[in-house]
Amino acid sequence: MAKKKFVIGCFDDEAVLFPAVKKVRTAGYKIHDVYTPFAVHGLDHAMGLRETSLHTAGFIYGITGTTTALSCISWIFTKDWPLNIGGKPHFALPAWIPITFELTVLFAAVGMVLTFCYLCQLAPFVKKHHFHARSTDDLFVMVIECTDKTNTDDLQAFLTAGGALETNVQVAEEGWWLGRYDQDEMPFETKEIVAA
Amino acid sequence: MHLKYESQLREPLVYGDKNYHQVTEDIVRPIEAKPTRLWYIGFYIAVCLLLFGVYAIYRDVTYGIGQWNLNKTVGWGWDITNFVWWVGIGHAGTLISAILLLFRQGWRTGVNRAAEAMTIFAVMCAGQFPIWHMGRVWMAFFVLPYPNSRGPLWVNFNSPLLWDVFAISTYFTVSLLFWYSGLLPDFATVRDRAFTKLRKRLYGVAAFGWTGSTKHWQRHESLSLVLAGLSTPLVLSVHTIVSFDFATSVIPGWHTTIFPPYFVAGAIFSGFAMVQSLMVIIRKVFAMEDYITMGHIVAMNKVIVLTGSIVGVAYLTELFMGWYSQNKYEGYTFWYSRAYLFSPYGWSYWGMMACNVLSPQIFWFRKMRRNIFVTFFMSIIVNIGMWFERFVIIVTSLYRDYLPSSWSVYYSPTIWEIGFYAGTFGLFFTCFFLFAKYFPVIAIAEIKYVLKTTGEGYKGRMDKIEAESLETFVHDHAH
Repeated sequence: MAKKKFVIGCFDDEAVLFPAVKKVRTAGYKIHDVYTPFAVHGLDHAMGLRETSLHTAGFIYGITGTTTALSCISWIFTKDWPLNIGGKPHFALPAWIPITFELTVLFAAVGMVLTFCYLCQLAPFVKKHHFHARSTDDLFVMVIECTDKTNTDDLQAFLTAGGALETNVQVAEEGWWLGRYDQDEMPFETKEIVAA
Repeated sequence: MHLKYESQLREPLVYGDKNYHQVTEDIVRPIEAKPTRLWYIGFYIAVCLLLFGVYAIYRDVTYGIGQWNLNKTVGWGWDITNFVWWVGIGHAGTLISAILLLFRQGWRTGVNRAAEAMTIFAVMCAGQFPIWHMGRVWMAFFVLPYPNSRGPLWVNFNSPLLWDVFAISTYFTVSLLFWYSGLLPDFATVRDRAFTKLRKRLYGVAAFGWTGSTKHWQRHESLSLVLAGLSTPLVLSVHTIVSFDFATSVIPGWHTTIFPPYFVAGAIFSGFAMVQSLMVIIRKVFAMEDYITMGHIVAMNKVIVLTGSIVGVAYLTELFMGWYSQNKYEGYTFWYSRAYLFSPYGWSYWGMMACNVLSPQIFWFRKMRRNIFVTFFMSIIVNIGMWFERFVIIVTSLYRDYLPSSWSVYYSPTIWEIGFYAGTFGLFFTCFFLFAKYFPVIAIAEIKYVLKTTGEGYKGRMDKIEAESLETFVHDHAH
């Protein structure tokens, strides 16, 4: 994947970050992402991100679990091996409710977590470029993607005026790769750099 | 503007005037510091207990479960008592993290991480008992429904014991996923301030490459909320199903319809007591009094007195029904085997009553709810009481059954039965000591999230807002 050039602005207060996000977006810059140490409510809306549909996926996984349980148990107990339990009905729906419920929850939970990891590219040994070490501690790090026309000096001054404590320019890989966090160098050759 | 206001009448959840960085420092400090001598002593004791348990299980597999004092009449003894006891303890974590999340109880943030860890370890301990109770444990996979060459001979889906297999394994999996997804951001925090290569590498693997991207946080919030929504009925279903193990039988004392709510209340009761014991120790040892505050302890004591009283009502209802039903067997079980102090197991019933129903009433007094020593002492008492409860239910119903000729002589456990139980304590505390040393014991990101609303320093500056008129307040702060 190609490397790109980014301008980074660090904020230490979400009350300053929100107006800054608004200003940067109005000025027409493309916010690559904002890295925050915790979930800042409303930031996704301020950045214009769409709602996640992860919960819809969860619902689909859940009903998959329900149908799996019901179809398997009913096939087993009525067709494959109709076990005579005291002459009681083979199709004993009330007795299957507990397992059906458990499988619904299990499928929904496991499916959602896997989908979450897939969408966010989270897995053991995955490495991503980290724009600022303190973005998981106490800084809100706004990362703006540069185009050929972006004047980085102007943009940095603009961010500082918007309340950023620290600004810098970084050329970085935006995807993920397999790597170790104790080795900082990239595992592949730097081929193309989108020039400033 | 983002609205960050909470009434000053509410106790702060984070004491001191802290910023985000100090929160990180305070919570990560125990991970980065060398373990204390106390930690090593505790850890070694836990490992020794665990090894004794492993030896007890080795004997169990070698000689069969005949080396336990179980007999044909008392077929379930200490093992199933301990199973239900551990499962019950394992309910508080998910209750705190799921139900309190849905109810928007801010105080859960201080205790949810450790409570969830406790849940996972408790369920691991609980799972040991039914597995090793099978005797021929190498056949354990027979409980799984899969097409096999034995017919195929399927499991009985109408049996509560099989429901239990599904309930416990689902509960363990979901709790583990919930806990670990919450840990990802905190592992990233530890990774990014790591000062050795090994530390950076290990926490780098554990954090799954978490960056803190806004989109990821958005999905993370959605995931937590839905998992909480799923776990809430799940946590209620698990102990309901455990109670079905008893309630669907025809044994007097087990065959009752109030078992599900009664068991769930008991599970929350004992789980909170265990959380309380661990929290009192953690806040002291790791100097986290600012995060696990008196407010947290008081809130949990209130849950304990509530659920303890619910359990008390259930005991009295059972006694009442034992008489009101005019069923001789029920009457004999409840009024002789259990409630008569001088019957062979009367001591266990009254021990249960004293520990679970009478003594928690002390928490009606504010002074007692806010007393650390009383809290810790009571949390131990409640756990002893809840163990008695399961012992009473299982053994007093079994030892004198419908046929007097098969009445059991006095059942008491052997050293290997006790050793197995001690071994699960070893397993639990070995895991918990490792957790306390290598994991953030408080959810860092969640504390930061509530910091500016409920932190003492920030609340202190809310005077200005409280003095404003409603119109100005709405004008300045509403979206």
